[in-house]
Amino acid sequence: MIRTALLVAGKDLRIERRSRVLLWQVVPFGVMALLLCGLALGPQRAGHSSAAPGLFYIVVVLVVLLMINRSHGVESTPGTRASVATLGLDPAGVFLGKALALAVELWLTSAVLLAGSVVVLHTALHGTLVALPSIVVTLGALAGAGTLYGALSSGANGSATLLPVLSLPAFAPLLIAGERSFSAALYGGALWEWWVISLVALAGYLAVGILLYGVLEES
Amino acid sequence: MKHSEARVGELRDAVVLANGFPLLSGVDVEIEPASLTVLTGANGAGKTSLLRLLGGLVALNAGEGSVLGIDLVRGDRRQLRRRVGWLGHEGSFYDDLTVRENLTFAAKALERPLDDLRVALARMGLASRADTTTKELSAGQRRRLGLAWLLLRRPELWLLDEPYASLDDEGRTFFDELLGEVVASGATVVVSAHDPLRSASLHPRTLEMAGGRIVGGS
Repeated sequence: MIRTALLVAGKDLRIERRSRVLLWQVVPFGVMALLLCGLALGPQRAGHSSAAPGLFYIVVVLVVLLMINRSHGVESTPGTRASVATLGLDPAGVFLGKALALAVELWLTSAVLLAGSVVVLHTALHGTLVALPSIVVTLGALAGAGTLYGALSSGANGSATLLPVLSLPAFAPLLIAGERSFSAALYGGALWEWWVISLVALAGYLAVGILLYGVLEES
Repeated sequence: MKHSEARVGELRDAVVLANGFPLLSGVDVEIEPASLTVLTGANGAGKTSLLRLLGGLVALNAGEGSVLGIDLVRGDRRQLRRRVGWLGHEGSFYDDLTVRENLTFAAKALERPLDDLRVALARMGLASRADTTTKELSAGQRRRLGLAWLLLRRPELWLLDEPYASLDDEGRTFFDELLGEVVASGATVVVSAHDPLRSASLHPRTLEMAGGRIVGGS
């Protein structure tokens, strides 16, 4: 399972590096969305508003939806799907590999977005660094949940529309936990309790994905 | 379904539906081992659907069938897919990976030594294009890459969907030779094509399809 996961993750990341969709489309889109959030707050409020963590995670959701569609799009060509199906890859390993690749892409993109939020939304650098472990875990959980829901919607007509409808209810608790822990790191509060919730969600989504991904692929 | 050990595949009154529409509407067929079977017929006759059913890529909705000893109704289709090779007419690879990267992915997935990859590339005349991304290949070269993928796989049952499309005369001759070698090695090949095969030396069995059924053959 781990060998398959590393193989699939390496393949997905190589495709991303070669196509540069992340670099030229997803990251600029995220930065632009963050900039618009800063403009919406206005120069007077940007530095004093407690909305920064929430705005960061809203931008993350927009970005992760693009990434999930992309991640499953590379597999969805009928010929590719059939050929790869005959390789007999362990579905649990495929799930872990796709989730890992998505998490790596999300971590890289979020590093740019966090730097952007320090500049545009004037979030405190020290507080942002303190929040990093919780952000890493929350983004990992989003990648796990996103991979699962991406598989669920990828075969359907109108999957680009179906994906946010299906996944946003699942993302909501993760986003709340992520935003709360980020806010706690910046402004004080129960940081670790929310961090543990994200960690439990990460473990839960990975367990469900390992168990169910094969069934979703077959259906 | 009781499986005959002597046969690679056996279908009885096989029906495959897509959104309620019958892609196959009662197919009876037997595939003998180490044989070459050619499915002919017009577009929409059901050739690709029959190949996909034999490969465990679609579910059997009614009727009975077994392929390589695995029951298509009650058996594990994932186990079946591991033993068949598929060459589709849509292209079978990751467009943003190079020829070498695609084949390396397949070789590692199958736990094959990477030396096999070099042999497959050389055999298919793709050694000079190994570092070209797949989307930059011509249609004929993509077809050769598909065959290299299958040479790496060495499946028991080769399912080839219109493999002659996009091949020039030289490519077709080369492909005929390859098919002969595959059958001589003991593997079974089922090919879909609009027209009967040119090469008489292959001695294929031809099945004509129309409306999701087999309506004739030799």
